[in-house]
Amino acid sequence: MAAFKHPQILIASNLTDGEVVFLGQSGWERDHRRARVAQNAEAAAALEAAGKRDVSANRVVDVYLADVEIGRDGAPTPLHYRERMRVKGPSVRLDLGKQSPGSAA
Amino acid sequence: MTAVDLRVAQRPNAPVTTYRYDEYDAAFVRERVAEFREQVRRRLSGALTEEEFRPFRLMNGLYLQLHAYMLRVAIPYGTLTARQMRRLADIADRWDKGYGHFTTRQNLQYNWPKLVDTPDILEALADVEMHAIQTSGNCIRNVTADHLAGVAPDEIEDPRPTAEFLRQWSSLHPEFSFLPRKFKIAVTGAEHDRAAIMVHDVGLRILRNERGEIGYQVVVGGGLGRSPFVGKIVGDFVPREDLLAFLEAIMRVYNRFGRRDNKYKARIKILVHEKGIDEIRAAVEAEFAAMDRSVFSHDPAEFERIASFFAPPPYETLPAASSALRAAKLEMPAFANFVDVNVSAHKMPGYAIVTVSLKPIGGIPGDATSEQMRVLADASERFGFGELRVSHEQNIILPHVKQDDLFALWRLLEPADLATANAGLVSDIISCPGLDYCSLATARSIPIAQAISKRFADMSRQRRIGKLGIKISGCINACGHHHVGAIGILGLEKKGQESYQITLGGDPTFSASIGEILGPGVTAEQVPDVIEHLVDFYLAEREEGEAFIDTWRRIGHVRFKDVLRREGEDGADI
Repeated sequence: MAAFKHPQILIASNLTDGEVVFLGQSGWERDHRRARVAQNAEAAAALEAAGKRDVSANRVVDVYLADVEIGRDGAPTPLHYRERMRVKGPSVRLDLGKQSPGSAA
Repeated sequence: MTAVDLRVAQRPNAPVTTYRYDEYDAAFVRERVAEFREQVRRRLSGALTEEEFRPFRLMNGLYLQLHAYMLRVAIPYGTLTARQMRRLADIADRWDKGYGHFTTRQNLQYNWPKLVDTPDILEALADVEMHAIQTSGNCIRNVTADHLAGVAPDEIEDPRPTAEFLRQWSSLHPEFSFLPRKFKIAVTGAEHDRAAIMVHDVGLRILRNERGEIGYQVVVGGGLGRSPFVGKIVGDFVPREDLLAFLEAIMRVYNRFGRRDNKYKARIKILVHEKGIDEIRAAVEAEFAAMDRSVFSHDPAEFERIASFFAPPPYETLPAASSALRAAKLEMPAFANFVDVNVSAHKMPGYAIVTVSLKPIGGIPGDATSEQMRVLADASERFGFGELRVSHEQNIILPHVKQDDLFALWRLLEPADLATANAGLVSDIISCPGLDYCSLATARSIPIAQAISKRFADMSRQRRIGKLGIKISGCINACGHHHVGAIGILGLEKKGQESYQITLGGDPTFSASIGEILGPGVTAEQVPDVIEHLVDFYLAEREEGEAFIDTWRRIGHVRFKDVLRREGEDGADI
């Protein structure tokens, strides 16, 4: 297991529509601000195990942990620009993806 | 080719000059849709794991990308009918988000389809003789061709019948459905290469020998990506009757000796590079000599049947030059610029080839809204026998427009933001989707294209600069063809930030070359400054008639490196 350096959240893609989802307190969330944050290696392992169970249950695919930082409002923001893109949508189409005004996220 | 009698009334919806499915084709595609529908059902029910399902979805063009699934639709040799273009627009509206992205392999990608909807999308495509088969996976991919096929004045033979022949040969070929890696074939039949055949796994150049017979120069082992190579000639002149057997021999050699232990070394270009072209040629010739060629024997009747679909449309007999066009150009300077830049010579007198740029200033290269697709379909029906082409430069071509109709066409395109007069100019940038969409990308590429486009927004400046190919990829896989851009830009990650490596001297034509790295990577904000310095230096140094690549070749890479180093020392922070 890699050394635990930063808080982490679990990211996946929803099987039926491919949308990016985050493991929350009571299931998969479309808004990363509702993601459960692992503050240590054990909690991260538990997130990963829950994710693998849901892969086996055919709810999500492509599950992985992403490092985040916690803002003053307590919400996690991914550290890497790739995952920051995933929590919003294409930077060249602000009308699309989670950042779009009509998005459920 | 014979021009039709003027007394024959022109049909606005004249049959298009492209391949039509026969009963076998139609049944085959429908069966594939039904098969995939069942595979999706089994996946959603849990009967198939993702690991089991993944090869099935990939063989039907369905990827999982950064934000959603992505469906890549095949557009064989880049040819579309108006009806097909309208269907692509309808699919974009009904099952996606109202637009599509035309790619560097003449395909179209939808960025937001749902898995559950994909069988219905494939069904809708099958209705108009389209599919997404073999647009992914380790198989022979969609065969591409010169987008000016059949209309270019420098053409020896229309490459589309050959491309269609190869499409049929390679579709679900049992021996080549599980190759070491993907395999791409491009065909050109012209004196100038517009299909980038030198950087494909196999490139075919149609030639005519001194006896007037048609044959193929066969190039193998070209490719871009992590390890770029210019292809090498494995067959100088392969007679048409031997083409399938010769290609079969190449594929068998690749299938037998291509590496499967390391995906980064599995393309045929690595095999050719490691073994050397002489050893590969010997192996191919030995296989060709030993194989039972009877099953690949050329069937002239079948080839002619396919070729007959690509017959010229019913052209009118027209004077070489249009007085109406000349008058409209004088009256409307913006139209004159469009004609000078986006319109090229047609092999039929009085006709023209129109490039519709999908690169508006500051726009997303290759993207078209559903409304723009419908305008293009309308334009092709009103002015071009209902036929369109997709170029690997991510533009749309109207291949048969009467010069007399160019002004009316321009007036139709202009309000739809489809009349940007920049074909081949500095803002006609090839760009992959990059990290805005692609899960493999290491950096964004579209915003870089947009920033450069805006920097050179002055169209008169663009025309002064002249032809200049900028190509941008968002990762080392090089879908944006950066290696063969006169100016290439590669987006990478450097210490957790997006960084851009610039190359100069790439060339995708018969004189192909791989670009050379200019220096250390720069930030996204610095890219437009660097490009502007390079362009200004080129303008200062160029001689009469020289394109950027010519000047670069004449004065050398070091001079371009030096000018950037000096600019950096002067405080430009480059």
